[in-house]
Amino acid sequence: MDLLEYQGKQLFRRHGVPVPEGRYAASVEDAMDAAEQLGYPVVIKAQVQIGGRGKAGGIKLASDADEAELHAAAILGMDIRGFTVQEMYVEKASSIAEEYYAAIVFDRSAKKPMAMLSRMGGIEVEEVAERDPEAMRMLHVDPLIGFQEFHGRRLAFEAGIAEDLIRPVGAMLGRLYDVFVGEDATLVEVNPLLVTDERHVVALDAKVTIDGNALFRHPDVAELRDLSAEDPQERMAQDRGLTYVKLDGNVGILGNGAGLVMSTLDVVAQAGGKPANFLDAGGGSKAEAITSAVEVILSDEKVRAVLFNIFGGITRCDEVAKGLIDAFRQIEPDVPFVVRLDGTNDEEGRRLLAEAKLPNVHSEATMLGAAERVVELAG
Amino acid sequence: MSILVDTNTRLCVAGITGREGRFHTLRDRDYGTNVVAGVTPGKGGQDVDGIPVFDTFRAAAAETGANAAMIFVPPRFAADSILEAEDAGIELIVAITEGIPAHDELRVYNHLRRGRSRLVGPNCPGILSPGKANVGIIPAQFFKEGNVGLVSRSGTLTYQIGNELAQRGFGNSSIVGIGGDPVPGSSFIDIIELFEADAQTELIVMCGEIGGSSEEEAAEFIAESVSKPVLAYIAGFTAPPGKTMGHAGAIVSGSKGTAAAKAEALEASGVRVGRNPTQVAEIAVEILGMRV
Repeated sequence: MDLLEYQGKQLFRRHGVPVPEGRYAASVEDAMDAAEQLGYPVVIKAQVQIGGRGKAGGIKLASDADEAELHAAAILGMDIRGFTVQEMYVEKASSIAEEYYAAIVFDRSAKKPMAMLSRMGGIEVEEVAERDPEAMRMLHVDPLIGFQEFHGRRLAFEAGIAEDLIRPVGAMLGRLYDVFVGEDATLVEVNPLLVTDERHVVALDAKVTIDGNALFRHPDVAELRDLSAEDPQERMAQDRGLTYVKLDGNVGILGNGAGLVMSTLDVVAQAGGKPANFLDAGGGSKAEAITSAVEVILSDEKVRAVLFNIFGGITRCDEVAKGLIDAFRQIEPDVPFVVRLDGTNDEEGRRLLAEAKLPNVHSEATMLGAAERVVELAG
Repeated sequence: MSILVDTNTRLCVAGITGREGRFHTLRDRDYGTNVVAGVTPGKGGQDVDGIPVFDTFRAAAAETGANAAMIFVPPRFAADSILEAEDAGIELIVAITEGIPAHDELRVYNHLRRGRSRLVGPNCPGILSPGKANVGIIPAQFFKEGNVGLVSRSGTLTYQIGNELAQRGFGNSSIVGIGGDPVPGSSFIDIIELFEADAQTELIVMCGEIGGSSEEEAAEFIAESVSKPVLAYIAGFTAPPGKTMGHAGAIVSGSKGTAAAKAEALEASGVRVGRNPTQVAEIAVEILGMRV
């Protein structure tokens, strides 16, 4: 779960990470009020999860009320690489002496948290890696020991941080690590990490990703929303407890098991089609679950045909067939379905489907055959 | 031969009194697996269809000589249960549970690496050694004993590929699900190493997917240390970046963890990569010869 900047900063404050004073704003009036309370100059920032907000014009400095109104009106509703700005964050402007980069990342390969620090901040990390790979310093932290003061010191010295900032930058890394562990984050990134004219070290941005599997420990985080990234189908699927990812094609897809569904998308693409979605029905074979899933898939108006790809292990194909037949009684789909049932009780499942004579439902025996058929039907 | 589980396996199941735990434990026992105990705190002294239940792993191991554990408890208690099994000296721990927080998995992984216990999973279908033992939820009826070792990050995709191999006459030495989470207890390398040393295994089939770099690491290991033929399948070529595709670990981050990069790394190490499950089985026929 990716958080917006202002949401990440809420978590930062909780763990003592210094951030500029700021206020959330969902309208131009909100933004003006926020600016008034904070005192000018302020920075008005678009809240979207995509990088390059500044370059796109989504971050503006305002020195008075007129400028604040002008900028807030321009930013609200702005399209930034496909995301429509619906929320803003108004922050007291900070003086900028230095811009660093700091992050705690979940290193899947080393299976340890990794702390990163660079004196080159305020630009894309990839750019730092290209311009001066040595500038990015990193170290792994043993999760059983946690972040120690020496970790912060070592990174700060190695990154060539000025003498007077070694301690505050090290402490900042320690607090970011507290956010990382305390909030079950898989990414905590600050770019830029700011040094003000007064030599204060402040997190000017916040990019935080929280582990979806740990949300039961963080009910407050689970409530957070990102209006700009919300897709109606994904929202609907989430409310129904379905694992669904929206894609941009016209072939609706349902399968059982994440790996098999991914493979199904690939095979449909190989057959020349474009998948409209990823949907893992899991072990669910009940009519209710299937009806619910079919409704989500068909709510995407682009869908021209649907592929059911089931390999029955513990799940029995005859149960899936019954579920599908019941689902068709409740909703009458207006697009063709291709159903491939293989595995446990597959013959019985295919027999039930054939007997039910569902309109516009085609049975196929193999995954490849089913993919070709559905692509043909989608046109 | 086979790897990890066989007729010497003495299985103890955490979560045996739950609905799923009970169902799959009894299926595993019906298959012939020697299930010696269950663990549910507070239910010690009861039994599940004749299988004695203990309050702690310590007691279960002491009373029954259990040497393998299967974890079926809900995600918020699963890390604790794995650590308890390790503490009791259980050598092999198979965690089926899906949804364990990644930070819990990190702590478990780093702790277990310092000891002698091996963890397979979590978020996996378990391990099947056809004809010998089934520890987990793999539908055993599709598989018979043979010379293909199968290791996979996914459940149903494994059944799909395993079934295509079976239709062409191949059986399996063992089938190992290493799971779809970001921090699996055992990696492709760990399992491939065991198959390389297993006399029964003549072909190793690995089934990977987007996310992380374990396939790339395996490619390097195979080039250096594996003499047996390895055949691979990778799922997720059409997955968009930044989206979790069902499995917690299946996510392309920026330009990292793509299916194309994994397939390329494997092919560069001399591993043949099938474009779809059917093609994997066809290549297996080319490598081992027709069995039907």
